[in-house]
Amino acid sequence: MTDRKTLQTEKISGHSGPSPGLGMQRDFEVCKLVDTTTCIGCKACEVACVEWNDMPFGMTTFDNTYQTMPETRWNFWNLIKFNEHQREDGTIQWLMRKDQCMHCADPGCMAACPADGAIVKYTNGIVDFNQENCIGCEFCVSGCPFNIPRFNPGTKKVYKCTLCSDRVGEGLEPACIKACPTGCLKFGSKDDMKFIANERARQLKENFGMENAGVYDPQSVGGTHVIYVLHDATDPERYGGLPKNPTIPWSYTVWKWLFKPVLGAFALFGGLGVLMHYVSVGPRRPQPEPPEKEAANGNGD
Amino acid sequence: MGTAIDRFDEKARQTFDSIGRTEVYRGELLRHSVYTRLLHWAVALFFFLALFTGFGIYLPWLFRWFTPVFGGGALSRILHPYFGVAFVFFFFFQMLNWLTPMIWCDGDSKWMRNIRRIAASQEKLEPPDTGFFNAGQKAMFWEIVAGCIVYLITGIILWAGARSFGATAVAISYVLHDLSAIIMLGGIFIHIYLSTIGEPGTFQAMTRGAVSEAWAWTFHPAWYKKVTGRDPREDYEKARQQQNTTPKANSNPN
Repeated sequence: MTDRKTLQTEKISGHSGPSPGLGMQRDFEVCKLVDTTTCIGCKACEVACVEWNDMPFGMTTFDNTYQTMPETRWNFWNLIKFNEHQREDGTIQWLMRKDQCMHCADPGCMAACPADGAIVKYTNGIVDFNQENCIGCEFCVSGCPFNIPRFNPGTKKVYKCTLCSDRVGEGLEPACIKACPTGCLKFGSKDDMKFIANERARQLKENFGMENAGVYDPQSVGGTHVIYVLHDATDPERYGGLPKNPTIPWSYTVWKWLFKPVLGAFALFGGLGVLMHYVSVGPRRPQPEPPEKEAANGNGD
Repeated sequence: MGTAIDRFDEKARQTFDSIGRTEVYRGELLRHSVYTRLLHWAVALFFFLALFTGFGIYLPWLFRWFTPVFGGGALSRILHPYFGVAFVFFFFFQMLNWLTPMIWCDGDSKWMRNIRRIAASQEKLEPPDTGFFNAGQKAMFWEIVAGCIVYLITGIILWAGARSFGATAVAISYVLHDLSAIIMLGGIFIHIYLSTIGEPGTFQAMTRGAVSEAWAWTFHPAWYKKVTGRDPREDYEKARQQQNTTPKANSNPN
């Protein structure tokens, strides 16, 4: 991405000084902005996701809601969660949230994954699964604070939203963004999306009386590359399991970067230790041992 | 232990003795029956299969050259739990088989306190109260029993995954499962060393099933006394004297 040649103007004729616009190309972290306040639950993004990623058709589940299925699946990465929230005055608020991988800056799946190169994080912030290196241990499932990675029992590999890394790499926006009819989904640099999200939250507070409106960009996982504008940012849980303070189990970090190498070396030294014992102390033989001279022509051990 | 278990073990030993043979020559003692030996090698086989497939899951980057033996990381991951279950399955019968001789006694605590002298080979003969198994063997046995329980519980959690048991359970199991494996791996180095080059004459106990009397009075004097009815120290002194007087006529049985 960074060294891609662009049609950006470097020099122009008859112009002194640097050419206008030179250096405007930035290396930036990408971000998807989901404005839950303007989502209408049309599920166009769901269809676009299945379509672009060429997913096999899967049965939907009807459980008396508008929700396509209870949770995302290995072949269904993008799900609008429909949640009914009762306000204090008894009225119902219908909350729709697009659920997908959050592309954390500090990904829990990556902390848990033991396989070499099965999970990659690109410099633009996208966290992607590389199925050819996946060993199917499903540790990422337990490492993810958002309950996103899904195991495919057929291929024994884990799958999730790629933030359309294949499209983004070509300078396109993710499929879900392209399909969104209301503009509640936006895609751009993290800085820009944060700016827009904060502006929108301010607008909601000032013009719509939503004094708790805010942006969901949890810093406990270093921020995410999918951020939400919420009607009430003080209680993200009501949007269908959006954790207020997502964390990665500490055991993964400690175990993987401290215990594993240290104890692995310790086990290896166990092997060296017995060899050292053989060299320094020597074997214990059944007693009485044959005398030295006898050992040479006896049936010694 | 319970008589039902004893009866079961006795029946199993008889059944397998009719299938396999154990030849005990003059100057030798029967150490392990066919049943015990078969269990031991079944446990060993599946231990190493589980260990080697586990390597690919434990540190894939380090064992990348090795995992193709089992068809790659993904297949290692599929096979590992089955090997593990087989290991626990066979060890379960070995545990029943050895429950009685593995009971910890006062002499074992003494042995453990004395472990430095024993490891340094300062005592050529085991203390006279060392029975069929010494305290080191018992410690390893009970470590494997504990390890198997840990493996089984954490292994099932890891096998079914976070979707069934929750992320916290998996995160804890992952650590305990690996810790148990590391301890057992350390133990297996010592086990293999002592049963082969570390204490010559031991390995045949698990292959042919018989050991020399000299081996028995050296390493397991109380057991020697129990099966032969003779005093191990006396027989040792006798053998030593015989060796000194007629060194050529009587070569060491070992």
